[in-house]
Amino acid sequence: MRTIDQTTQEVLTLASKHFQVPSDSLAPDDDFFRKLGINSLQALELLSRLENHFGIELPDYEVQGVSDFRTLASRIQSRL
Amino acid sequence: MLDLTRYQSCGAALKDALEQFAPEVCLIESDRDREKERLTYRDFKERAHSLATGLQDASFKVNDRAAIIMTNQSKWLITAYAIFYRGGVLVPLDYKLTAEEQWQLLNHSSASMLITEYPIWRQLSASPSRSSAITLKTILITEAPANADLSGAKRWEEFRGSGEPAFIPRNRNDVATIVYSSGTGGRPKGCMMTHENYLEQCIALTSLYPFAPGFRYLSILPTNHAIDFMVGFFGPFICGATVVHLRTMRPEYVREAFPKYKITYVSLVPLVLKNLQKSLQTRFDALPSSKRKMFRALVAINKALTRSKPRLALSRRLLPQVHQAFGGQLRAIIVGGAFTEPQTLQFFYDLGIPVANGYGLTEAGTAITVNDLKPFRADTVGKPLPGMQVRIVNPGSDGIGEVSVRSKTVMSGYLNEPELTAETMVDGWLMTGDLGRIDSSGHLQLFGRKKNMIVTEEGKNIYPEDIEAAFESLPVKEFCVFAANYIWPQRSMVGEQLILVLRLEPGQSLTGELRRDISARNNRLLNYKRVHGLVLCNEDFPRTASLKIKRNILAARLALQDRGSAILPL
Repeated sequence: MRTIDQTTQEVLTLASKHFQVPSDSLAPDDDFFRKLGINSLQALELLSRLENHFGIELPDYEVQGVSDFRTLASRIQSRL
Repeated sequence: MLDLTRYQSCGAALKDALEQFAPEVCLIESDRDREKERLTYRDFKERAHSLATGLQDASFKVNDRAAIIMTNQSKWLITAYAIFYRGGVLVPLDYKLTAEEQWQLLNHSSASMLITEYPIWRQLSASPSRSSAITLKTILITEAPANADLSGAKRWEEFRGSGEPAFIPRNRNDVATIVYSSGTGGRPKGCMMTHENYLEQCIALTSLYPFAPGFRYLSILPTNHAIDFMVGFFGPFICGATVVHLRTMRPEYVREAFPKYKITYVSLVPLVLKNLQKSLQTRFDALPSSKRKMFRALVAINKALTRSKPRLALSRRLLPQVHQAFGGQLRAIIVGGAFTEPQTLQFFYDLGIPVANGYGLTEAGTAITVNDLKPFRADTVGKPLPGMQVRIVNPGSDGIGEVSVRSKTVMSGYLNEPELTAETMVDGWLMTGDLGRIDSSGHLQLFGRKKNMIVTEEGKNIYPEDIEAAFESLPVKEFCVFAANYIWPQRSMVGEQLILVLRLEPGQSLTGELRRDISARNNRLLNYKRVHGLVLCNEDFPRTASLKIKRNILAARLALQDRGSAILPL
């Protein structure tokens, strides 16, 4: 079982790969919309990638209003 | 289709539709690749009537207001019908608003009942603003987990009565809904829409874009939005068609839904349409050279053969792979909520997929003008729908003035705002605040909002949205043009300038190359139409749930910067 810190780190790594930005440029409390400059459609694409990686399903409502990596990681952690 | 001229209310028309089309499928609900629900009109009636009985038992009275805050799903429509059946007034609210904003509108509407989903209720009930709710008596929650703390709410699924509910008739001029066109800021604008507004709008729209049993509408825009409420609920229902709901908006499942459910119509906002265009273009560009040439030749043939009108069957034969990706049954993509670039509209039309672009605002019902495709015109927002009178108030020498509308689809007024209503409705005409011109063939062309404009020293009126076309496809994340004085008001009518506001991609900087690109585009404009400076925006543009730029909010944010240092010379 992953710890929340491990999950958060994996979320950051996947986001940096998906949007092709240096991994050390992202931090857990970053607002991913602002930091990555993405729109809601691009955020949904990232979610699909995270679901495949972690082998879970995240309903849209679980991530409605979520905009930082830490909260996103905690929503994933609760479904692992 | 029912003859809506015979009906007094939405509830009465829907009631007959449920009888007439009883064996037809009215709703399909899918969650990812799993189909959750498929209801016939008979099933729908059964569920809605037991809810209506619950409302009756709970003393829900005629004209009582009930708010719905839900994502697009079957329970949204079942609940709305039950409210109409019992003579209530529906208040559809945007599920993407914050809890504080939702409470503000709930209070403003004086809703006595709220119907919402469990995840939304979790946020609403935890909000400190809940204590301000004084009129709300009953809260119904859908899909709550078995052991969930409902925090004073009741389960929608258990809120049922027995026996047949009594239908409460309403008249055409009675208020059917209160729809918020804006106003989570200081002054909420609750448009009071009558039953007649919807009946007449439906007659007008279906005369151009008809529904019938077997037609399937993919509901993506939020149902609280005027477009989806009309073409994703009322319109298809009174024609016996099917509405398809997706419980996730992940692009891959939306794409899959087209071929899976053989979609006939879908409504999209320009951002999504453009995204679709981009992904299709990428796929076309990736074709091997010989196939790409062949494909381009077929597109050119299709373009030539559909110049005067769409020929769906022909286009489907010429470009089968494109059409199969959309399910092979798509008749049109309806686009609304914001201005769509002509290049995007033309892209789809050339593939044989008509895009029904139009112009409308909540206050006037769903749509005022729609492209009738006779022939397709990408440079306008179409002609007035049947029953709409459109006139241009105080047109300038170029024919441009404020668009005003008179029709049976125009709202009765803003809730609790008699002064604002009087400013907006003048002698029976709705003043839209939008600027437009009607061309010689009767098509409406838009030129921006009344206040966000400049008048040059040569006396030329320039509209920022007109200028934006010159920067189409600029390699930045987002851009828009403002009148500088709209952001930083000046007490002067001279020296007005346009500015280009840029939101760069992550990691992107304002390079010399980008500046040169902007200057080259700018220089292609007539000199009095050129932008005079750039402003960098360090966050995404604020947008409504339908992804329209909230220009007034963006302007207010930009205004926090010092004008002198914010405007970079071009």
